[in-house]
Amino acid sequence: MNKDIVLSIDGLKTQFKVGKRIVHAVNDVSLSVKRGKTLGIVGESGCGKSVTAHSVVQLLPKTGNICKGTIKYSPEVGKEYVLSDYKRDSKEIRSIRGKHISMIFQDPLSSLDPVYTIGKQIEEILFEHEKISKNEARKRIIDLLAKLGIPKPEERYNHYPHQFSGGMKQRVMIAIAMVCNPKLLIADEPTTALDVTIQAQILSLMRDIQKDYGTSIILITHNMGIVAEACDEVAVMYMGRIVEYGPLEKVFNNPLHPYTSALLRSVPVLGIDKNTELRSIRGNTPDGSDVFQGCEFSPRCDQICQHCKDGHPPVRVVEEGHEVRCWLYEGSGGSDHK
Amino acid sequence: MAVITNKNNTLLELKNVKKHFPITSGFFRKVTGYVRAVDGVTLDVKKGETLGIVGESGCGKTTLGKTILRLCSLTGGEIRLKAVDSGEMKGLQDLDKRESFEARRRIQMVFQNPYASLNPMKNILSAFDEPMKIHSLGNKQERKNKIAEMLETVNLQPDYMYRFPHEFSGGQQQRISIAKALAMNPEVIVCDEPVSALDVSIQSQIMNLMRKLQKGYNLTYIFIAHDLSVVQYMSDRIAVMYLGKIVEVAEAVEFHNNCLHPYTMALLSAVPMPVVGAKSERIILKGDVPSPVNPPKGCKFHPRCYKCIDICKEKEPALKPSDTNPDHLVACHLR
Repeated sequence: MNKDIVLSIDGLKTQFKVGKRIVHAVNDVSLSVKRGKTLGIVGESGCGKSVTAHSVVQLLPKTGNICKGTIKYSPEVGKEYVLSDYKRDSKEIRSIRGKHISMIFQDPLSSLDPVYTIGKQIEEILFEHEKISKNEARKRIIDLLAKLGIPKPEERYNHYPHQFSGGMKQRVMIAIAMVCNPKLLIADEPTTALDVTIQAQILSLMRDIQKDYGTSIILITHNMGIVAEACDEVAVMYMGRIVEYGPLEKVFNNPLHPYTSALLRSVPVLGIDKNTELRSIRGNTPDGSDVFQGCEFSPRCDQICQHCKDGHPPVRVVEEGHEVRCWLYEGSGGSDHK
Repeated sequence: MAVITNKNNTLLELKNVKKHFPITSGFFRKVTGYVRAVDGVTLDVKKGETLGIVGESGCGKTTLGKTILRLCSLTGGEIRLKAVDSGEMKGLQDLDKRESFEARRRIQMVFQNPYASLNPMKNILSAFDEPMKIHSLGNKQERKNKIAEMLETVNLQPDYMYRFPHEFSGGQQQRISIAKALAMNPEVIVCDEPVSALDVSIQSQIMNLMRKLQKGYNLTYIFIAHDLSVVQYMSDRIAVMYLGKIVEVAEAVEFHNNCLHPYTMALLSAVPMPVVGAKSERIILKGDVPSPVNPPKGCKFHPRCYKCIDICKEKEPALKPSDTNPDHLVACHLR
């Protein structure tokens, strides 16, 4: 594994059993997260972006399982764990969760336990992973809360979740995630439930954390604006596959996949001329259990060609580091993946 | 009070509208305080325009929309609607029974969650038919034809009228909600966050559709949303709400280029732009929106304001036209 890479996913396939059907939530996903950088995963609801992230720490429900692919995690150069080999809820994966890789979820209210004080909930992580006295833990948590911009942390330590506002609760969630100084932070729609002004606060806080601790971040979102602002690399997902993957500037300034370019042009930008009609993608977002012969996006695509119905397009590296999964780029120079 | 220009074009007028919800406690349900959800809003809505209302959650924008539809009674103030025949502005409370009935048809609403606003037990046909029947819009066959026509205008097949709400996707359900409002031949549609529950690619479909319908049916929209870029794209004029009050009203272009209220500036700067390298100066507001139960004294925004001066803590600023543009209203001591 490259020494700059903290997490690499190769050919990940995660499926869910729903009754007698099998839903392929994540299909052949390969990506890597660089040390101290932010990778954004964008896509609409049901595209598999959350499942990809949950697969990393094996936080899948009982009906879901990883059936193919490897997930490698390297906390420092020379050290490597193969996360996909660990069993669900095994001791090994539990020692990774929270300590090495931690998560922030979308809705801070439902991810905090209403009957424990926030101090207790943050403490729990520390006692699980570190040998630390109660007093030391308390001191460390209060320091962290102060750093995360929670006023009067000594008092707040003994408060219950309902005594916090939405933005403050999300800060508490970040405290829980950051208390063990993880190497990788997975933020699953961290600001979707928040107002714009609070969203700006949380995003700037996450930027500061990254600067101070050198944490790598996987940021899952559906908002192209947040991606443009906070990420270094982007993976665009559609129906369980990564359709475009590359550095932020390349994907945003030169979107290759028809889905990416349509997505970028379908959101109104502040100051847009009101007479321009928004580009919309026709049809509906497909259901995860739909099975497609060819490219999943072909029923909604405007640039359809004769290959599109034939089969899944392979990954094509068009420029260095800029990959796309579309038949349009077959035979247009570039090279096959690997 | 704000000077309302172009009087004869005004369709709906809100004068110092207030809605306070009582907080009760104890065994006797004694009223111990009020949530001042809407606290003195003065606005006018012109015929054929889209008035956008933006604000953070809890600022009272949805309650304001509901008071316009009289889904909740007013605590104070007045809402006036232009009468069809005489053209005079009549208070919604003062209407007689027939006029009031008519006013309910003329103002329709589209809600945020389309699935929750359609009855799961009724198919589309009977859900559409009920209000049309009450308002006697044609006989049975005419109503059915109208429903088919409405479904076609929102790009759905007419035979979908026999289906039930759960058979549709979120985007289709929202189209149905819009068609349902439209079937009543309304003049005003209050749209409460019509696209925020939808996926990005579906949002643009709905927004394009709504703009098309506005042209075709000469509709007036009151577009309530929290997403500034969506509101700015959809609206002709935008009103910004903070803690139950309007702090700024301006035309969309003016709003973007030359906003005056510090809160509006902070809101605009907080919107993440889907353009690489667009990171401009960001104003990050401290703290959260205060509770509307006991709002701060003076200007309600002053505890979070980065330009706050002494007078802001004492005196509440009135909504006044700006020096350069009489249509641009702002409530700030500093403008």
